[in-house]
Amino acid sequence: MDIVKCTKVKKTYRQNTVAVKALDGVSLSIKKGEFIAIAGPSGSGKTTLLNIIGGLDAADSGRVVVDGNVLTAMTQSELAQLRLHKVGFVFQSYNLIPVLSAQENVEFVMLLQGVPTGERRERARAILDDVGLSGMYGRRPAELSGGQQQRVAVARSIASDPSIVLADEPTANLDSKTGASLLEIMEEMNEKKQVTFIFSTHDKMVMEYAHRLIYLRDGRIVEDQVRKR
Amino acid sequence: MFFQLGWRNIWRNRRRTLVILTAVIIGVWSMIFLGALMRGIADQFVRNGIKTLTGHIQVHQPGYRDDPVVENSITEPSVVEAALTKRLPHGARWAPRVRVNAVASNARHSTGVTMVGIDPPREALISFIGGAITEGRYLNSDDPYGIVVGKALVDKFETQLGYKLVLMSQDTEGEIASRAFRIIGVYRAEMEATEKQFVFVTMSAAQEMLKLHNAISEIAILLPAHGEADQVAGALRAELPATEYEVNTWQELLPMATAILKIYDWTIFIWFLVVFIAMGFGIVNTTLMAVFERIREFGLLKALGMKPRWIIQEVIIESFFLLILGMVIGNALGFLSVLALSGPGIDLSALAAGTEYWGMSRVIYPSILGQDVIMANLVVFILGLAVSLYPAVKAARFTPVEALAHT
Repeated sequence: MDIVKCTKVKKTYRQNTVAVKALDGVSLSIKKGEFIAIAGPSGSGKTTLLNIIGGLDAADSGRVVVDGNVLTAMTQSELAQLRLHKVGFVFQSYNLIPVLSAQENVEFVMLLQGVPTGERRERARAILDDVGLSGMYGRRPAELSGGQQQRVAVARSIASDPSIVLADEPTANLDSKTGASLLEIMEEMNEKKQVTFIFSTHDKMVMEYAHRLIYLRDGRIVEDQVRKR
Repeated sequence: MFFQLGWRNIWRNRRRTLVILTAVIIGVWSMIFLGALMRGIADQFVRNGIKTLTGHIQVHQPGYRDDPVVENSITEPSVVEAALTKRLPHGARWAPRVRVNAVASNARHSTGVTMVGIDPPREALISFIGGAITEGRYLNSDDPYGIVVGKALVDKFETQLGYKLVLMSQDTEGEIASRAFRIIGVYRAEMEATEKQFVFVTMSAAQEMLKLHNAISEIAILLPAHGEADQVAGALRAELPATEYEVNTWQELLPMATAILKIYDWTIFIWFLVVFIAMGFGIVNTTLMAVFERIREFGLLKALGMKPRWIIQEVIIESFFLLILGMVIGNALGFLSVLALSGPGIDLSALAAGTEYWGMSRVIYPSILGQDVIMANLVVFILGLAVSLYPAVKAARFTPVEALAHT
């Protein structure tokens, strides 16, 4: 079953008077439980593709379906609901809420979903344990290293029990050892919870972890290979 | 957790929060304190008016107020007394008076005054004169030639206790009546003008001098509370024939005081608005700064699935905490300031001439009115939240992609 299906997706940005084609007719299908890297040089359209799949940005044309929902036909409010329940995000610069502790950051999405307090706390702690942050529940982002903050971000992304997790260059700000460790955690979550992970990167080491590698250049898919590790 | 988030967010920039908090505190304090001060001034003004021979209600013969001459006297005071006995509430006090314009003179000076013939024990219970004697003594009922005059008049006439003062007025037969009195007491009043205007003799002396027999000019009534005046006046009007008696409340007798009360009401309201407008700009500015500093964060919240109205709610919660905190401290300081000054009052003796010109007392006692406190807090709270809506809506309008890309 396809969890994501993009058909002839196009997106053009305007920078002053210049039109920049970010996506130029991208079509792809992603099955549930895949662990995919979208690779390509800067400006190839990786982030745009992730934003469109995540409902953060709208395609100019084409069709995007995520877990049975046609994104191109949804209102902003419906997209917000979709992001809340079906999509998890991991950003390059962690983007944790600085005034909340690690546990509260993880709990926050569940709070928006209306999960009761007790269950929220229990699930947040269990996920933080899974990503190797036992005993750091009460620490605020400023008290955590970059790698630890990104683990909290991964924990937050799966806390809402999403269908897909979109990670935009999640290891770009981490050293290679910490990056590798984070990818192992993401892979473990992928296997354990059968959550589809789609992450963008231009780092060869990160690409090695992917079970499927989609290569973009100038807004087009130029390579789509299934890999075995 | 929204409240936790809001509370922690306002302390992210401690200095900025303290600055705007100080503005809210000073704003609320000034609303409460200056409001209480204005109420105190207005209250003293009314009290002075009521104590200075007005009372809460007066009964006259129709026409007396337009032309206060002896011909317009109440010839049957017993009718009024019977109505008072029947209709006055428990705790109310009243006193009859003869009140006419007269000329006071001694060997060197003469001036126009108001001669007030009083029933000394009764009058002492309803007006200032009973407790205002600073030299000599108060009148007794059997003082046919005793007179009590104001300190300012004594100074003006270069006279003193024990000296004679001649009063001259027109009697009921249209003749000039005069009588020599001896100064037995000197009084001080809140205002110098009062000391110069009123001279007090016994009612029997005034009646005898003016050939009034039992007639009186007015009956003044002091009620246990200001607010009862309309109701009691209504009851007396029902009891006394309108063709023979006119019943007036203090609001009618002191139109200036009533107008000043209204002016003060509006002044306080305008003051509240002015303070709020200054404070409102501070709130909008601070909240806008807090919002623009956190554009990425709002983008993240939207990316996580937070609806625009939740983001508005989040920003409003932050303003809510600032306002509540500022209001609690501002109110506490306002009440403490009023409490500290309610005993000694604010002594404006040094400005006595100026304050008197405006009808103010020499000592102002701030007085807190519940409705002012409620209005001040409602103005700050409701308008404070309303002006926070602008930055809140701005925060809710950021698109996640643009906001997350913001550096």
